[in-house]
Amino acid sequence: MSEDREILRELWNGQVPVHFVLSSEEITTVETPQPYFALVPRQTYFPLCLEKVNRHFLKSTSHAANAEVWLDWEGTPLRLHYPVGVLFDMYANEGILPWTVTVHYTNFPESELIHLPSRDAVEAHFMFTLKEADSLKHKNTLVSNMQKKDHKQLWTGLLNDRYDQFWAINRKLMETSTENPFFRYIPFRIYQPDKPFIQTLVRPVDEEGRRLTLEQLLKRTLPDASDRTVKIQGIRVPEQTPIQWLSEHFSHPDNFLHICVLDK
Amino acid sequence: MADQGDRDAVNEDQILGQGESTAVTAPTTEAANSSPSSDTSVLTTPQNFQAEPDTRTTASPAPQEESPAEKGKIDVLLKAVGDAPIMKKKKWAVEPNKKVAWIADFVRKYIKCEPHESLFLYVNQYFSPSPDQEIGSIYECFGSDGKLVLHYCKQQAWG
Repeated sequence: MSEDREILRELWNGQVPVHFVLSSEEITTVETPQPYFALVPRQTYFPLCLEKVNRHFLKSTSHAANAEVWLDWEGTPLRLHYPVGVLFDMYANEGILPWTVTVHYTNFPESELIHLPSRDAVEAHFMFTLKEADSLKHKNTLVSNMQKKDHKQLWTGLLNDRYDQFWAINRKLMETSTENPFFRYIPFRIYQPDKPFIQTLVRPVDEEGRRLTLEQLLKRTLPDASDRTVKIQGIRVPEQTPIQWLSEHFSHPDNFLHICVLDK
Repeated sequence: MADQGDRDAVNEDQILGQGESTAVTAPTTEAANSSPSSDTSVLTTPQNFQAEPDTRTTASPAPQEESPAEKGKIDVLLKAVGDAPIMKKKKWAVEPNKKVAWIADFVRKYIKCEPHESLFLYVNQYFSPSPDQEIGSIYECFGSDGKLVLHYCKQQAWG
């Protein structure tokens, strides 16, 4: 995978422009606060980058202190445990930039979102997702044999946006050998609007030993979908791309391939 | 997709006694005897995480020869770890579109977990699935011998 390493860095550096506005119902001052603009890395999670947003709105609402922040896009609560890039691809698809999201500190939608009250909670969620991907990729899991400091390095690499730090460890999880050039199964999730995500067991090669392509993966998991737009990391990937290659290069830091399928 | 039997989870029946894991039809039928406080709410979805309408057809679980006890449902084996109370009945038939959060809520009620106490669920004794993940999809990826084994504990058992 060495020759394609620039792609990894290119994807890592992806950012989305976000226009944060405070929910009008939560403004407790006479003056409406200014919106907050930020470029947010695609690979991260919103709860890790809302500190400045919170500080910005703190003086305009009495609800912000110690409250768990949540976001919505046009009334749809955003699942903050999904990577930022996945949420952007799902909901900001009209091409209108920046992407406007509304910030809330009250009325947490318990039925739709899961709580991520702290940075530790996001870390636990991230590490568990990484381990789930690991269990799909390798019969003998690798993350379990890593040292605690390697786990920390993966996490802090993501947290502090340090590509080299993260990939120094993540490389071990993405490695294949000449004898065995494939993962056991490809960790992927398919997102569609208003549906639970799809995750099934799919091998990177078919019965005849040929590399399975994105097109074949989609045909297996979504046999009825025809007129659709497919995005991974915000990119319309050629559907003839082998999924093993995609898994190695287009996965998010949690080692899952997050595939967004939208109606045309 | 057929080699699920090679996972670690297969031998777990021996660890916690297979005698009690008799197949049941639905969580309500026998729960009344063992857990008076939780029986009525077993089949109702808790306020958090209402099941979303299942618009797609559920993928047929593999391996096929090991069909779940009840048609369309998945056998979930719940096993205690550490100081978490053991559930008298361990094996439950669960609809595949139920979320992990729903199972967690069910276990909390069954073992009378206080609201301030944590409850963790683990797959393969390795990772904790996301609360909004569907049981059907976890079963397809990590089930073995026709069932899905979930371990539960009150402290994080496997970091």
